[in-house]
Amino acid sequence: MNEQRRIRRHPVLPPLPDPTVPFLFNGQPLLARDGEVISSALYAAGIEIFGHHPRDGGAQGIFCVNGQCSQCTVLVDGRPLKACMTRVREGMRVESCEGAPLMPPDDARVDIRRPSEHRVDVLVLGGGPAGLNAAIELGRLGVHVLIVDDKPELGGKLTLQTHQFFGSVEDCWAGTRGVDIGRILADEIAALPTVDAWLETTAVGVFADAKVGVVTSTEYRIIEPTVMLVALGAREKSLAFPGCDLPGVYGAGAFQTLVNRDLVRSSERLFVVGGGNVGLIGAYHALQAGIDVVGLVEALPEVGGYKVHADKIRRLGVPIWTSHTVVKADGDPVEGRLESVTIARIDDRFQVVPGTDRTFEVDTLLIAVGLDPCDELLVKAKDIGLRVYAAGDTAEIAEASAAIFSGRITGRRIANDLGIPVPIPEDWDDIAAVLRSRPGKTVPFEPADRPDPVYPLIRCVQEIPCNPCEDACPDGLIHVGSSIMDLPRFSGACLGCGECVAVCPGLAINLVFNDYDPTGRTALLMLPFEMGTGRVPLGATVQTVDMEGNPVGTGKVVAVRDRPEQDRRQLVMLEVPAPDKLTVAGFTMRGPSRPVDTPRVSSTGDDPIVCRCERVRKSVIVAELRAGVRDMNQLKALARVGMGGCGGKTCSDLVRRIAREEGIDLGEITPGTIRPLLAETPLLQFVQGEEDHG
Amino acid sequence: MAESFDAIVVGGGSVGMPSAYYLTRRGLKVLVLERRTAVGQGDNKAAIGGVRATHSDPAKILLCLRSLEEIRTWKEVHGDDIGWKPGGYLFPVYSEEMEKKLRGLFPLQRRHGLVNDWVDADTVADLLPGIEREGLRGGTYSPNDGQTSPLLLPIALMRHAVRSGAVVRVRERVVAYLVSGGKIMGVKTDKGVYHAPRVVVATGADAARDGQLLGIDIPVTPDSHEAGITAPVAPFIEPLIVDMRPGPEGKTANFYFGQNHEGQIIFCYTPRELFVGTNRENLSEFLPVLAGRMVSLVPRLRHLLVRRIWRGCYPMTPDGTPIVSNVPGVEGLTLAVGMCGQGFMLGLGVGQEVAALVVDGKHRLPPGAAKTIRYGRDFRSGIMEALK
Repeated sequence: MNEQRRIRRHPVLPPLPDPTVPFLFNGQPLLARDGEVISSALYAAGIEIFGHHPRDGGAQGIFCVNGQCSQCTVLVDGRPLKACMTRVREGMRVESCEGAPLMPPDDARVDIRRPSEHRVDVLVLGGGPAGLNAAIELGRLGVHVLIVDDKPELGGKLTLQTHQFFGSVEDCWAGTRGVDIGRILADEIAALPTVDAWLETTAVGVFADAKVGVVTSTEYRIIEPTVMLVALGAREKSLAFPGCDLPGVYGAGAFQTLVNRDLVRSSERLFVVGGGNVGLIGAYHALQAGIDVVGLVEALPEVGGYKVHADKIRRLGVPIWTSHTVVKADGDPVEGRLESVTIARIDDRFQVVPGTDRTFEVDTLLIAVGLDPCDELLVKAKDIGLRVYAAGDTAEIAEASAAIFSGRITGRRIANDLGIPVPIPEDWDDIAAVLRSRPGKTVPFEPADRPDPVYPLIRCVQEIPCNPCEDACPDGLIHVGSSIMDLPRFSGACLGCGECVAVCPGLAINLVFNDYDPTGRTALLMLPFEMGTGRVPLGATVQTVDMEGNPVGTGKVVAVRDRPEQDRRQLVMLEVPAPDKLTVAGFTMRGPSRPVDTPRVSSTGDDPIVCRCERVRKSVIVAELRAGVRDMNQLKALARVGMGGCGGKTCSDLVRRIAREEGIDLGEITPGTIRPLLAETPLLQFVQGEEDHG
Repeated sequence: MAESFDAIVVGGGSVGMPSAYYLTRRGLKVLVLERRTAVGQGDNKAAIGGVRATHSDPAKILLCLRSLEEIRTWKEVHGDDIGWKPGGYLFPVYSEEMEKKLRGLFPLQRRHGLVNDWVDADTVADLLPGIEREGLRGGTYSPNDGQTSPLLLPIALMRHAVRSGAVVRVRERVVAYLVSGGKIMGVKTDKGVYHAPRVVVATGADAARDGQLLGIDIPVTPDSHEAGITAPVAPFIEPLIVDMRPGPEGKTANFYFGQNHEGQIIFCYTPRELFVGTNRENLSEFLPVLAGRMVSLVPRLRHLLVRRIWRGCYPMTPDGTPIVSNVPGVEGLTLAVGMCGQGFMLGLGVGQEVAALVVDGKHRLPPGAAKTIRYGRDFRSGIMEALK
């Protein structure tokens, strides 16, 4: 059995148990970890193609790994189900879904049971940072809250975040890793007697009778809430380029689920599109999982994410090409699996500059080009007149730290709405606004040597909401100022304890020890490193780089400090020539990425798939727009775009982009009507309730 | 200066678009006014797409036979794929009473040209694999019925009509009908005034409002029905199925479903207690009730993945039969309203009838059949069309 894709050792995440659950895929015996979803178990076995589309035979595999699309559909004991949401059971027969599935001739009578109905004070859709914090505020006040979440554990996307969070220590656990914040919140929820959580349960519709339909792994249930909070987060936007539908091209969130939740090394060599925080962090997580990151492109002249995130991956040797985009992806012509990606420079009108394309061999392309709120149920609830609130990304796309705080405020607002007087401190709205802030201005980094025996170099030059370093210094020598957006400043006599180096979420602080070499020829640096101890043997000579990853020279690892209180971050003591001591900010892990000399002939054609579910190509949409279609519902009728399993969650945004490219004012476009169900649901589940039909 | 047309069709849906299409073919310069953002976006698209001539009213039988004739050959004649799938209509029967009722309709149906026969239980089970056999007596099967796409047909009609000179204006709502000296002169909308000596009202669920604007009684009351569709599966059901039994759950009067040209199972039920009004948002009970009926009749349907549900309106007349008629006392006014939830299947047949009423001033249907769809008929009988 092919199990080499399991991550056995990870610098941050504890190992998972060995796979022990036998199942079959197309007759081939495989093993899954207990409780693992089918898609991860297949990926762990090196299986990336889950079937072929009935319309054109296009290879199908994972895309969202979030239950939002239906691209990973497989046949489970003959029944079509989403591989990313279905756990492997012992002896399960999984088959690839080749074309439209046959209905299994399962003619045993079904006992018809009515769905159970449940009244709750507050229904919270989504157990991520926003939903959990709202539920905690309400639970502390004794309000009956039901959290509904489609994943097997609470925490939402926090459970995928191995890095330390930004924000403020007092408001949103800044400096603590996302996975750990998720656990803290889940524990707090468990301790609140009036808060219930239904996991692996998906809200599929808000109905005219002010009821909400949810589907567990076995049945449909109806909830009648007094107030509803929609905290379903966001879903990833996509791009339409030739080859964008190949297995191996998927979202950064999907990748994080495979790698960080299920510890499956889904790739050997990957490429990232999008220089926002999601893409930058995705690249970092890949490196932590032992995956080579060949490069990252960003269409704008600057990355949109935090500079510290970009610098972090640049220092490890990952090239970031700004003003570049992906122009195509090519796959193996037989299997259709991704083999290469071609990028090119774009001008200020986002047009490709001829002759600038370069092709890199990769097996995975992560799309991280922004987020759209998961707000369908919010919109519908408002239409229907339900008392409804939104928090986190559903309300406004921002960092998870902002979602935490947004949930807290919204929780208290809901309490007030229910007639429970609880104060909302005056400064909370301001704090929330700061946490939602986009990065502010960047100043040049101009380090100066100090006569002190040891001192920190704080390479934090961009205004972002963050302050853990201030709290970390035991002598209080680092000051961020009145706003956490301000840049930290150091003054005083540093002890050299390294607390600030260990805590900075941006890995942007290092210490310089002037007292290391009495001759003054070398200096010792304390550098943060999160890639696992195996990577930096004592005595090794490493290639040093500056803050932004440019080569400097070499250094020698003389010690590695790895104490538990450093929270899985090693502090590497690196000896460098004294003239380099202000410049060196890290050491690289990989050599430069080299494009292939003779790119393959395109296997994908030049007409990209826009609607993945119905396999609708861009040319079809362009033709209808040119024929005068301006109503998305009519476009759906004509071209079937958005008519598939996901309901237009990915392609709606792409169609808007195409309309813009066609010079159409988006104000003219009538958006598609939102209809239940939000996720495809087996008919059987609607008759699997608690009560007999009577 | 107001624009002038030969005819104005108010409403660009399942009836308005075919009416405009046939009027254009008869050489008229036609304006279509649709209040929504595109044609075919009202209750037309809520139809499940079944087209049957299997009715108990002669006019409906004849109109739907005409619809079927056009739809069946549409692609060959006109080139557009409108999702036609032949396969007939199957009414499985589990009681003597229902058998008697349905067989009792055969003479009238056959007299008007419908092919509809009794088939035995084995044949029913061949036509609907996996159907519950206990108590199954057989059923009626009308092989020439079928289904086509409500999403595609109105747009195809619009494009042909526009190519032949029709003008379609969307996002434009009629606010007044211009009537002078017992003659229709045109309409006023929220955007302008249009003149025409002939006006067709094809406004579906809104028809009563047009009656008020016209100062005549149009007895159309909408009630709403829910429907849904699954993910596609390999073809395994040919006919559309109508189960006429009321459901044991006390909520359904009958229900129907079929597999469309995309392989998707599309379904709907008639609620026992009607939801009067135009609320088009779904109810939480629809899927549990519907699923109960589906898997009780055909247990293997349990594994279908429900993809989407919606709700649309049946513009009901008191007797379950449409009003397709000129209006005595208002020269130039033609009503094509009150399709009672069958506007899509009736649409092409009604469109031809409308063209005859407008251009020739008289019905194309034989007088005996046309009387049941006349405006101003006596609705007091309270008897509903038997296969509504």
